[in-house]
Amino acid sequence: MRGAPAVSAYLPILVLGLVSFGFAVFSVVAGALTGPKRYNRARLAAYECGIEPTPQPAGGGRFPVKYYLTAMLFIVFDIEIVFLYPWAVTFDRLALFGLIEMVLFIATVLVAYAYVWRRGGLEWDN
Amino acid sequence: MTFNDPFGIIVVKVLGIFVLLVLMTLFTIWAERRVVSRMQHRIGPNRTGPQGLLQSLMDGIKLALKEDITPTGAHKAVFLLAPIISTGPAFLAFAVIPFGPEVSMFGHTTPLQLTDFPVSVLYVLAVASVGIYGIVLAGWSSNSTYSLLGGLRSSAQMISYEIAMGLSFVAVFLYSGSMSTSQIIEKQTSVWFILLLLPSFAIYAISMVGETNRAPFDLPEAEGELVGGFHTEYSSLKFALFFLAEYVNMVTVSAMATTLFLGGWRAPWPLSTWAGANTGWVPFVWWLCKVFAFLFVFIWLRGTLPRMRYDQFMRFGWKVLIPSSICWLLIVATARALRNNSTMDTRGLLVTAAVILLVVVGISAVVERQRIAATERDEAERGEREARSRRLFPTPHAPAAASAAALEPGEAHDA
Repeated sequence: MRGAPAVSAYLPILVLGLVSFGFAVFSVVAGALTGPKRYNRARLAAYECGIEPTPQPAGGGRFPVKYYLTAMLFIVFDIEIVFLYPWAVTFDRLALFGLIEMVLFIATVLVAYAYVWRRGGLEWDN
Repeated sequence: MTFNDPFGIIVVKVLGIFVLLVLMTLFTIWAERRVVSRMQHRIGPNRTGPQGLLQSLMDGIKLALKEDITPTGAHKAVFLLAPIISTGPAFLAFAVIPFGPEVSMFGHTTPLQLTDFPVSVLYVLAVASVGIYGIVLAGWSSNSTYSLLGGLRSSAQMISYEIAMGLSFVAVFLYSGSMSTSQIIEKQTSVWFILLLLPSFAIYAISMVGETNRAPFDLPEAEGELVGGFHTEYSSLKFALFFLAEYVNMVTVSAMATTLFLGGWRAPWPLSTWAGANTGWVPFVWWLCKVFAFLFVFIWLRGTLPRMRYDQFMRFGWKVLIPSSICWLLIVATARALRNNSTMDTRGLLVTAAVILLVVVGISAVVERQRIAATERDEAERGEREARSRRLFPTPHAPAAASAAALEPGEAHDA
């Protein structure tokens, strides 16, 4: 694997990407062409179980702050994972030093995790 | 293994992967309908083609002949782009999945895998994350309440379970010393990682169901609450694309589970004693069997388990899966360091630790259940008490506490 030219390893992905995205674009275009077109105001309205659709403010409106909180917690843990991957791959070479370093790092993240848990950041209903 | 294929071979492999995935999707949709039917004492589709095998293909053609609706007020460009963003990356993840060892293809000796590089598992995670954008954008651009809520829910759900999923990979990398899929399979020649790292596999298996929005974690499309979820407003082939993406993602996570924990294309134990089991095109059969086993479990889960409530689902992800996978990761790292620095055999230690971890998680689940049941009982009792006091002092339009306070001065006046 090592020493092989990098471009040749990534070229197949480009070809597969062309095929899969090409198929998706083709389907979207074909769907617009093959189906019938009969104008009907009620059919074009947003579906809301038969009642008049609720007007939506521009940009999709407001939604619970919980979703932002989840996204921020995700970033914290995702970055932890990004640090863990190269550490795991080179673990045998880092020896005991690597283990101690990572225990300290995980302990630091766990302090934040315990804080979020205590403050109810992981509860969905409150 | 080297990946210096001539361009012709690359094209053949790409088309092979594409056709395989589309066929697997059509087959899985059919299998799902038939198997779930059996589980519910029905027959399922059996008219179109032998045993109804052509049913999903015919459904696709029917969808193509339906009207393509863009609802009023939808963000047109994003609405059009969302199914493409969802479908394209779903196929891309398969670029690094190994289907078999080196085979001869038109006179060339080449591995049965499109490509591989030192960070291929990371690449799969990255590509899978791009697919989430398709779902979020579909929900956002539809200008419909159901779609918006479905899209938000599914993004929150997928990123929450992606953490557990990412953490379960770390133990595999510790043991394989590499993130390249073909190297990971090579390291499983003697023993599959599912035996060494059972908790990692359990965490991955749970989070892969959450990651693909499948029952019992199919909250983004909970019909009773959200109609169809993020794709409520989609029709015609755009809807078919979302369907295709969902099933291709199921195949992808199953193939990843096979690669990381079940030895990829390697023959299972009694068969691996046969010399020809791990050479040529034969291993592709083992690979297919393993992936279909996972797909069957997906269908089985859908036929068996009721849908979880959203708060239960998030609590499970953040409070059970993530801490237990971090614990397990520390155990594995310690065992590995012990093995490297002494002559100790750590396999027994790992199995013991896995059992202890499972017992701890089990006990804490029981304790948590009892705590929740106790809180619910307390709340029910308080409600009962309040209802009783309201019956004793009927004061309409006033909360029970206020009416009790208001009565006391009145009694004092009477005295």
